[in-house]
Amino acid sequence: MATATMTASTTALEPSGPRPKRLTADRVGLYVFLVIAAAFFLLPMYVMIVTSLKPMSEIRLGNIFSLPEAWTIEPWLQAWNSACTGLNCGGIKVGFWNSIRILVPSVIISIFIGALTGYALSLWRARGSNLLFAVLLLGAFLPYQVFIYPLVRIYSSVGIYGTMAGIVVTHTIFGLPLMTLLFRNYYSSLPIELFKAARVDGGGFWAIFFRLMLPMSTPIIIVAVILQVTGIWNDFLFGVVFAGRENLPMTVQLNNIVNSTQGEKLYNVNMAATILTALVPLVVYFVSGRWFVRGIAAGAVKG
Amino acid sequence: MKTRRRMNVATYVALFPAFIVVVFAYLGTMLWTVQISFTESKLLPTFAFSGLRQYERLFATSRWSISLENMVIFGIGLIAVCLVLGFLLAAALDQKIRFENTFRTIFLYPYAMSFIVTGLAWQWILNPTLGLQQYVRNLGWTDFQFDWIIRNDRAIYVVIIAGVWQASGLVMALMLSGLRGIDQELWKAAKIDGIPTWRVYFNIIIPMLRPTIITSVVLLSLAVVRVYDLVLALTGGGPGISTDVPAKFILDYLFGRANIGLATAASSILLVIVLVIITPWLYYEYFRPKRERR
Repeated sequence: MATATMTASTTALEPSGPRPKRLTADRVGLYVFLVIAAAFFLLPMYVMIVTSLKPMSEIRLGNIFSLPEAWTIEPWLQAWNSACTGLNCGGIKVGFWNSIRILVPSVIISIFIGALTGYALSLWRARGSNLLFAVLLLGAFLPYQVFIYPLVRIYSSVGIYGTMAGIVVTHTIFGLPLMTLLFRNYYSSLPIELFKAARVDGGGFWAIFFRLMLPMSTPIIIVAVILQVTGIWNDFLFGVVFAGRENLPMTVQLNNIVNSTQGEKLYNVNMAATILTALVPLVVYFVSGRWFVRGIAAGAVKG
Repeated sequence: MKTRRRMNVATYVALFPAFIVVVFAYLGTMLWTVQISFTESKLLPTFAFSGLRQYERLFATSRWSISLENMVIFGIGLIAVCLVLGFLLAAALDQKIRFENTFRTIFLYPYAMSFIVTGLAWQWILNPTLGLQQYVRNLGWTDFQFDWIIRNDRAIYVVIIAGVWQASGLVMALMLSGLRGIDQELWKAAKIDGIPTWRVYFNIIIPMLRPTIITSVVLLSLAVVRVYDLVLALTGGGPGISTDVPAKFILDYLFGRANIGLATAASSILLVIVLVIITPWLYYEYFRPKRERR
């Protein structure tokens, strides 16, 4: 370690002698490593941004790292308004609004049911609740391919296959384990006296949930919202299988635009569309900062 | 006693949605999938039991063995590189670095983005005629080659690069919080005993980080088994089928090729793989008779 060791002293002595040198060879090496790593992580974002601001004529030259000579926001407008997936040329905004329409109910419903289940599991006794929780947890880890085909059949038999309801139900189903875990851990970490006091005051199951527990859940709800918003926005598989043609979320539409085989590939438009798709989770990430890290730590099933 | 019963009813009502999900969406579908895999189902499910036919067929399909092989290569590569890189980044950030927040933000941001975005970004950089290779050639090294993305034998490593870019920040964040949880007295003691820093890391810190490492490995393994979007956006499974993965194989046979018998057999194999990885860990984390946790 390069930092100088401190000799413990109880008296407030002024430091004497030359200041310990901060810039040793170790330190320099450390920063070089960090800067190179940072370059690796930033490179794709830089290339995408630069490309999205260039006309196609510059892109064909193959100078992916050079700044645009003639800056243009035309690709961004085109990506948003008129990019094509096959015959449809409504731009990525179609997918954007679909994603929003999927996102809002999915987030609300999945968090509500997760909170309710977590509350019932942590503070009330019901027969078989341990088993329920165990299967739920296991479900969180199984590959989705195991569930997909039967779910398609079940959805078609009740008439929600390929509809907005279908995709919202799907996000609720597969968000439930993590949400339950999150709230279960949170509620069992609260002082039990609180719950007992509410019982003594005559609070019933629902009264305690709505008037005591939910209002106290703000910190964990924030984490849950971050996890669900980024998770659902970034979903591709469920969107492509369950949402139906009319409701394809932004990630699916993006992939269709970029990997469609017709005509010349408009790389600048594609890159603009890609950045637009990444924007919502990135904003969540930058705004929420430490909460995001807390969220993924919780998502790592550590409580 | 009457109120007590009403309470009970409320609890069961509250748990009803979760119960429905567990019974129908998880258990029911799982059993159904396994059941179909033992039939001759093609476009529609049939119920004629046909034993292990689909499994024999599955393992005679070269596309499946290539998928499995790719999953193993991708898994080993991703987990190894992410653990090493994630640890190095976390250890470096733990040295009272300037701009620590900035660096941390940079390392983790790819994790916020979808695999589709990650795949498309790297597809663009690694495009041999327009991306990195062409750039270096323009600089004067005219025979520079970096065309792994279009080479059968190398394309899977490109998937690893993109995966590492996306996921190593996560490992960094987990490891960093692990490192921050370690008592600083330990470092002072090691210092006084004159133990070199690298030995402290190897002999003391890394063993102490074991729970974090296990968690990281489990999370990464799940991503490996599920990997689908990334491959689809980055290579589309190509060139040919050289970067195909089981998850993509299953989706193609379910919806593209209408061979649900084969697809569900493949799903069942994945199911078994995950159960083998996950059950010991879940037991260890949640259902082990609890002594003091850590």
